[in-house]
Amino acid sequence: MNPEQTAPAVSLEEPLAPKRTRFEESWRLFRRNRMALAGMLVFAIFFFSAVIGLVLTSGSRPLFDPAQVHLPEKLLPPLSAPHTESLKPAERPPLGVYLFGTDDLGRDVFARMLQGAWVSLTVGFVAVGISVAIGIFMGGLAGFYGQRHIRLEQLLVTAALLTGAGLLAAGRRSWGAGLLIIGHAWLFWSISPWGLRHRKTLPAGLGFLRKKTLMVDTIIMRFVDIMLCFPSFFLILTVVALLPASIYNIMIVIGLTSWEGTARFVRAEFLSLREQDFVAAAKALGVSNFRIIFRHMVPNAIAPVLVSATIGIASAILTEAGLSFLGFGVPPPHATWGNILSDGKRFIFDAPWLTFIPGAAILIVVLSFNLFGEGLRDIFNPRLRERNR
Amino acid sequence: MHATNDIVLSVEGLKVYFRSEDEIARAVDGVDFEVGRRETVCLVGESGCGKTVSALAVLGLVPCPPGEIAGGRVLFNGQNLLDQDDEALQNVRGRGIGMVFQEPQTSLNPVFTIGEQIAEPLRIHLSLPEAEIRQRSLQLLSDVGIDAPEQRLADYPHQLSGGQRQRVMIAMALACGPELIIADEPTTALDVTVQAQILRLINRLQQSHGMSLLYITHDLGVVSQIADRVYVMYAGVIVETGAAEQIFRGSRHPYTQALLESLPSRKKRGRRLNSIPGAVPHPAYKPAGCPFHPRCPQAIGACREQYPGMCAFDDHHAARCPVAGGRSLTDWCR
Amino acid sequence: MIAFIGRSVIQKIVTLFFVSVVSFAIIHIAPGEPSQVDPLNPKFTPEMVERFRQAFHLDQPLYAQYALFYGDLLAGRTVSWKDNQPVLPKIWERFLNSLPLFIVGTLITWTISFPVGIRAAIFRGGIYDRASTFFSYVLISIPGFFFAYMLIIFVVNQFHVPVIGMETFGMTGTAWFFRLNDRLWHMLLPSILGATGGIAVLSRYVRSQMLEVENQDYVRTARAKGLPWEMVHYKHALRNALLPFVTMFGLILPGLIGGSVIIESIFSWPGLGRMAYEAILARDYPVILTINFIAAVLVLIGTFVSDILYVIVDPRIRL
Repeated sequence: MNPEQTAPAVSLEEPLAPKRTRFEESWRLFRRNRMALAGMLVFAIFFFSAVIGLVLTSGSRPLFDPAQVHLPEKLLPPLSAPHTESLKPAERPPLGVYLFGTDDLGRDVFARMLQGAWVSLTVGFVAVGISVAIGIFMGGLAGFYGQRHIRLEQLLVTAALLTGAGLLAAGRRSWGAGLLIIGHAWLFWSISPWGLRHRKTLPAGLGFLRKKTLMVDTIIMRFVDIMLCFPSFFLILTVVALLPASIYNIMIVIGLTSWEGTARFVRAEFLSLREQDFVAAAKALGVSNFRIIFRHMVPNAIAPVLVSATIGIASAILTEAGLSFLGFGVPPPHATWGNILSDGKRFIFDAPWLTFIPGAAILIVVLSFNLFGEGLRDIFNPRLRERNR
Repeated sequence: MHATNDIVLSVEGLKVYFRSEDEIARAVDGVDFEVGRRETVCLVGESGCGKTVSALAVLGLVPCPPGEIAGGRVLFNGQNLLDQDDEALQNVRGRGIGMVFQEPQTSLNPVFTIGEQIAEPLRIHLSLPEAEIRQRSLQLLSDVGIDAPEQRLADYPHQLSGGQRQRVMIAMALACGPELIIADEPTTALDVTVQAQILRLINRLQQSHGMSLLYITHDLGVVSQIADRVYVMYAGVIVETGAAEQIFRGSRHPYTQALLESLPSRKKRGRRLNSIPGAVPHPAYKPAGCPFHPRCPQAIGACREQYPGMCAFDDHHAARCPVAGGRSLTDWCR
Repeated sequence: MIAFIGRSVIQKIVTLFFVSVVSFAIIHIAPGEPSQVDPLNPKFTPEMVERFRQAFHLDQPLYAQYALFYGDLLAGRTVSWKDNQPVLPKIWERFLNSLPLFIVGTLITWTISFPVGIRAAIFRGGIYDRASTFFSYVLISIPGFFFAYMLIIFVVNQFHVPVIGMETFGMTGTAWFFRLNDRLWHMLLPSILGATGGIAVLSRYVRSQMLEVENQDYVRTARAKGLPWEMVHYKHALRNALLPFVTMFGLILPGLIGGSVIIESIFSWPGLGRMAYEAILARDYPVILTINFIAAVLVLIGTFVSDILYVIVDPRIRL
């Protein structure tokens, strides 16, 4: 057979399999999981109603007023008509009935739920945002630089800076300032071009400063271990009880105490990605470390983070509800669903709707988040993909 | 071919499809092959042509869902294995047919000792007493060329090298004296020197135990060393079959010819290596007519429209290419 | 092996030290003077406040306070600020209350999760799998006390199961048999509640582990050898799938304190979680710190145990 024969009669380049981008492929896989799809839908509805709720209930004369207290109206069951005698026309519920009834202060539960939707959403997103940011940072550090050792001098500089700041905050101005200056000077010297040139020629006695101490990985993992030692709910409870109650404190605290999971995922992903050939190839091409991390590794490591983030939002909302139950939730006048739920527990036999409605709402939203997160996990699982090749 | 009672395994019209939401991947699309007694048959093809799936289908190991057996028969000693339920198949697996897989690193259970894993088929199929099982295991290990078998019996898989693990796999497959061994690329994951050793071992064992061997590979070099007969697969169908000599000296199908041409050799020193233009089709989106036609230098218009049948050239030599066989358009080798 | 244990113990002690420092720091850096325990109480004259401060070393610098406090703790001398009772006996008593709840809850969780998860994995995609998956999700997503109240209302109305406290009032004089029975009835609802969340999470995890193992090559080899169905799943697959759970077993120890706060509040069960909660409310620092310390010790013991178990159970790790 002569290999130099003329080109075949039929074109080669007809693409027979449809070309699909990665997104389309993921979407097709996702679509098949009906529960996850339902979860995403419910989440979209929730998001939408939270935004609308915010619009409808804020401002000085909102359409649905969550803060209107009318004691004669108290504890009306859902879909009941208002007592028109005691209400001015502007104060009547816009739909003519109290859709979800009223609570013990006569407030419209529907309005409170609308307002609370946005607050609960914010709490969830901000808390998870904080925890994911910290988790990625710590996990990325541990994963990428993990095998590097911290030199003694770096340790000293960091210690100097930290104690300096601490002393400054505690009032010992002179000591604090002094340490800070020393720390910054050292830092400056080590990264300035002049300092870099002279680094090789440290005086003999100070050579020990170059010594390697612990590995970055060890330090970060020990830190995670320490955080593990505090049962998380207990920790949140402690901190929240000690700080003045405010919505921001709660968000920050939940975020600060739940980053270990993300950190561990990111670290594991980075550790395995680092060994892969494409990283070596990028390094061989001279790509800087920074670019390698952000342009190449992070997109690959994002998958488990996304999954744990969605599930994290769900658990943040649940945690907030739990805190409200114990009395440490978001203080009035903010209404969150957790608030409404725990307020209702006093009237559970007289006015069960005060517990049912927020409880069922939380259940549905959290469930949808969880299903959505699981759906994401399924599509990111490479094994599931391969089976259909 | 052979007289009917000399055929150990006969696969007729096997079809294995994988269904997903909107596509059907026709991994194996009407495949016929036979293995005779004491014969070494090689199933050759590129990655993704369906040869592994065919082998798995013989033993009912294709995961269903998402796979399904869409047609055909697998006759082993007169029985259609595709009709049997799982329990009946258990008697064939490991006993009548033994299988050796590709990846020795992951094919052995990491939490059980070698001895335990070899003993299992002996216990289940032959119901031997424990003392005899130990004897047999030691014998098997030394048959496959493992040193210090007594010690190896108590070792765990991670304590053995890749070559040793594959030998253990072979020992497990041989344990109950099967009539047929199916080996799915057993040397692909091993070093080249180890490859040669394992190949020799398999050959030797086949002679001494009198078994048939179905060897699946993509390496034509291996085929030339051990095969009695060869089946060439492409995109889920058999495109050529014949005795090893016939395939290597006088192949007919354009694909087989192109494959052989692309092998580097001393004669071609200094010249550009040949390759086959284009790519293997996706099993769900195969071209109409002959699956190879988009890449075939001899393709004519009819190749695009009609699916070609097998054309006989010599005894035992057939190829799925009417053009190569010089057939007229009306006689497309049904 | 000994070297491994030694290294592990030392690491744990170091971690414990850091934990004690961190928790101490949190308490004292947080706003709120400790002597504000009862600022509105007219009986707290300035002299008493001063004596209070001296008695609890509050006038010393921080690091001295730290040393003194932990010295007291390890010697068992710590005293609660709320009622001046020694802390350790109180904790012990509450611990004994929490323990049966914890044990029963854990037993229920682990004995139910495994069969459910394994069955769901083996018959993947079937009705059983989909139903149990859905229920697991619902159980994970439901706010704890909401579910508790639903359960309470339903159960109390239907079955008249007691829901308050550990035993019915006035039972102390009766025979031990009735007391035991009474205790068990009281324990029923809280432990079931505690178990349901755990079952939901654990059975999902069991299922996913089992699925992952089922996809492995060695399961295919086992099948190819002609081994019967039960052997393939329950011997080859399960043994590998169970590996991470053996290690997880050590980590359930900390759950003794953490998980129970809400449940104990709802059922008025006088347990350790609730004690911690009350202490936080009252800013009773010695109690808080002691419980924290004990929790940390439990966690570290738990991780230690699971490390050791892991080495024993997985033949690939031999030290």
